[in-house]
Amino acid sequence: MRRRLRDRIAGLRATLWTLIVPPATWAAHFLFSYLWAALNCAKIGRFARFPTVFAAGTVAALAIIAAAGWIAYVQARLEGDAPPHDAGTEIDRLRFLARATELLAALSAIGVVFTAVPVIFLTDCR
Amino acid sequence: MSAQDDPALRRAQEERLRAAWQPPKGLFLRWTDVNNNRVGVWYTLTAFAFMLFAGVLALVMRAQLAVPENDLVSAGTFNQLFTLHGSMMMFLFAVPMFEAVSIILLPQLLGARDLPFPRLSAFGYWSFLIGGVFVGGSIFFNAAPDGGWFMYPPLTTRTDLSGLGADIWMLGLSFIEVSSVAAAVELIVGVLKCRPPGMRLNLMPLYAWYILVVAVMILFAFPPLIAGDILFEMERLLGWPFFDAARGGDPLLWQHLFWIFGHPEVYIVFLPSIALFAMLIPTFAQRHLLGYPWIVLAAVGTAFLSFGLWVHHMFATGLPKISLAFFSAASEVVAIPTGIQVFAFIATLWAGRVIWSTPLLYAVGSIAIFTIGGLTGVMVAIAPFDWQAHDTYFVVAHLHYVLIGGTLLPLFGGLYYYWPLVTGKTLSDRIGRAAFWILFAGANLAFFPMHLSGLAGMPRRVFTYPAELGIGGLNLASTIGAYLSAFGVLLIVIDLALSPRRAKAPRNPWNAGTLEWLSHPDDENWGIRSVPLIESRYPIWDQRDFVAKVDEGRFFLPDAEEGRRETIVTSVLDARPIQVLRLGTPSVIPMLTAVALGSVFILTTFHLYATALAGAVATLACVLTWLWTGTAEIPEKPCKAIGHGLVVPLYLSGPAAGGWWAMFITMMADATAFSGLVFGYYFYWTIHPDFPPPDAAGPGMLWPMAALALTLVGWGATVAARQVHAAGWIGAARALLALAIAATLASLAAGLAGPWTTGLDPARHVYPAIVWTLAIWTAAHAGIGAICQSYALARSLAGRMTPVYDADLRNITVYMHFLALTALVAYATIGLFPEAAA
Ligand code: HEM
Ligand SMILES: [Cu+2]
Repeated sequence: MRRRLRDRIAGLRATLWTLIVPPATWAAHFLFSYLWAALNCAKIGRFARFPTVFAAGTVAALAIIAAAGWIAYVQARLEGDAPPHDAGTEIDRLRFLARATELLAALSAIGVVFTAVPVIFLTDCR
Repeated sequence: MSAQDDPALRRAQEERLRAAWQPPKGLFLRWTDVNNNRVGVWYTLTAFAFMLFAGVLALVMRAQLAVPENDLVSAGTFNQLFTLHGSMMMFLFAVPMFEAVSIILLPQLLGARDLPFPRLSAFGYWSFLIGGVFVGGSIFFNAAPDGGWFMYPPLTTRTDLSGLGADIWMLGLSFIEVSSVAAAVELIVGVLKCRPPGMRLNLMPLYAWYILVVAVMILFAFPPLIAGDILFEMERLLGWPFFDAARGGDPLLWQHLFWIFGHPEVYIVFLPSIALFAMLIPTFAQRHLLGYPWIVLAAVGTAFLSFGLWVHHMFATGLPKISLAFFSAASEVVAIPTGIQVFAFIATLWAGRVIWSTPLLYAVGSIAIFTIGGLTGVMVAIAPFDWQAHDTYFVVAHLHYVLIGGTLLPLFGGLYYYWPLVTGKTLSDRIGRAAFWILFAGANLAFFPMHLSGLAGMPRRVFTYPAELGIGGLNLASTIGAYLSAFGVLLIVIDLALSPRRAKAPRNPWNAGTLEWLSHPDDENWGIRSVPLIESRYPIWDQRDFVAKVDEGRFFLPDAEEGRRETIVTSVLDARPIQVLRLGTPSVIPMLTAVALGSVFILTTFHLYATALAGAVATLACVLTWLWTGTAEIPEKPCKAIGHGLVVPLYLSGPAAGGWWAMFITMMADATAFSGLVFGYYFYWTIHPDFPPPDAAGPGMLWPMAALALTLVGWGATVAARQVHAAGWIGAARALLALAIAATLASLAAGLAGPWTTGLDPARHVYPAIVWTLAIWTAAHAGIGAICQSYALARSLAGRMTPVYDADLRNITVYMHFLALTALVAYATIGLFPEAAA
């Protein structure tokens, strides 16, 4: 089962669009956080006691980033040409895109966590 | 034995190439040139001149501030000085300079003969020149803008408190933003579609990666400002109260729209400098740059994160703390990718055999200065600290450390590095080093004391200060430092002026490994002799006999059999050749279009609306002529051999073609501007308990829904026309297009009928004003849509569009997709949302 999934992923194509999935997820989460806070504070006057919506949004964002990161992780380790993996071959191009995506996923995850932290510490809108 | 071994053949090929790339001659005609070598150089020189001008303005300011209670210039003049200085540095130097340099470098780096739309570059240049002279020249008529480079309302929107200057800022700079967006389109399509065969994404020079990233950032950063400019001018010229709190508006909306642009702008001017480093550091370390994917990560990551920072310029405006915290957090995260880039450079230098050349000196020195600015940046990104430092000289110190270290010095480094490529001569190492140390000392002397004077309580944007504050000494030091750095710049200017008298340098004087150094001191206009096959990131170092093979025309497209200017178009991911693109040739049309469009903006500034309308009609005429005569030309044969047995088509349509991408990218920018306006609507709704106001009758549901339905009919008919046309049913396609035109025009009328029939008065309250704005925006787009559809119909009737050669129809379909989306959002917002909110 695990193996089959890996093979499926290895067969996926990486494009410029896959590269921007993790940071785009960060951006969406960021926008969502800002809107969530702005709407709660402006329309309700406080944020709800349990910011369930916010927590759900954050978990969803992290899940997407983790998935993109994991796919990239598998792809970046595909068997292929000899190191340093920067030749102009199909496999090295794929590995490069995957590697950059993997790094972007890490950065985006940090970004999402950083954005979420204030909600734990701040408890009102002032 | 290949045919290229025959010297006679090679000479004949060169003759043909030379003829095709012949620049226009004559006193006036030479200015109609569109070759990137030429236009890029004009562009660079103009941006440099604007920088010198803005620098002189800074010197006047510093002279005024040298001693307390000075009266060299009046407060009013001082306001004009800092506004023009800041605005020119940002809009007329930093951003255009990046575009200018890229127009020169990019084709060479990509081994292309030219960028895909040379005429578009020329148009951008002429717009830039006209707009720049208009904005910069205003100070000689005591009419320069005086509201600061961020032009905060309400002081700037009240026409009794601010004069013509504010209009000049808004309209002049909007015009320049248009040219920036044009350049961004050119650069994105250039990087994605005009790479040499074999240059897969992972072999792309880092400069190209950065340019791609920065150009995309421009697409998302500038349009919100354009939206803001529109609202701003509506308020100034027509009294629509977007930023007027008394009539339901809010000045904070401007701050949001401005800083959604303004913060990414900082990275838009910084990343290209890093890109220059990424080219010159490997050269002087004599090794490949370490951590290629890391740098791509850093560039892409910075680009995204920089859009989440805008509110850190608004920490002091009283937004909820929780919102501030989000932006503070994002501001701290962005330090990560920035740090990664710096460390990759340090590591590369560490691992290589470093040659301490002048360009490298500039690079290292500017990283040092930038780092100090970055540290104070982390400080002001913490809200409580910012509340102390906000609008003091501490901020002035911070921003100049970042800009001098991140933009000015790197560009000078790039100047010393790339001068041989542009002129074939090297600059003087002695003068360059002297200038560097003077600049370095001067900049620190000028800006370090400002941290202290700021903390001591000196507010920014004051024309003088009392002696009792005890900051006279710090300010005098700053002034001396400013003049010292000006002296450094003067040395560089002298060095440049001496250059024509110097001897030619050898080819590739720094022994660099990347493609742009194929250029020859006695360069030909054709750009590159033959388009190479790329197998490495540093082909000159790694590929055998590379330079000789290029020069002997042994790679692709060594000839111009039909006497046309051509370049190779390749696929996005793997750079497989898919087309030979016929490039635009010298023409006055780009220049005329820029003049016509410029007249619209300039005449509006002076409230000459009738003449401005004539200018708009002239612009439309120019654009249509340009498209009709210069684009989607049906080639004389379907395919062409480019050497080595490869035969590729001469015409492409749809997503594989450059023109389709240009359309798509332009529409992204358009959609972003539109989101800025929609953001305005919902922004008012969030902050006002009574928005829409209870007594607002319009625009009702009927007309907006009718307009939406009609737009969708127009859209569907266009899509259907594209399908049946491709299937060969030309008559049916034409009929569908006619139907589409009628529906789209009807949607225009219906869209305006909503607010019109319900008597919404836009000058009374912000609600009718924003509803009208959304309706007008959408209706205007419907008007353009109808023009597009008519254009396609006319092309078909004139025999310039056939089922095989159907780029026009495919491109306007892209437009129609976006129009449908715009209409959906706009009409749902103005028609349905009031019901939902009520
Ligand atoms: C040695 C060169 C320079 C000097 C001496 C200088 C000096 C100044 C001074 C005195 C101010 C006014 C500060 C205030 O009153 O608030 C200012 C503002 C500013 N400068 Fe510079 N500057 C220099 C270079 C640059 C460069 C290279 C850039 C950008 C690429 C730049 C961008 C700005 C901006 C954006 C402002 C803010 C204007 C405003 O408050 O509206 N400056 N500069
Ligand atoms: Cu910022």
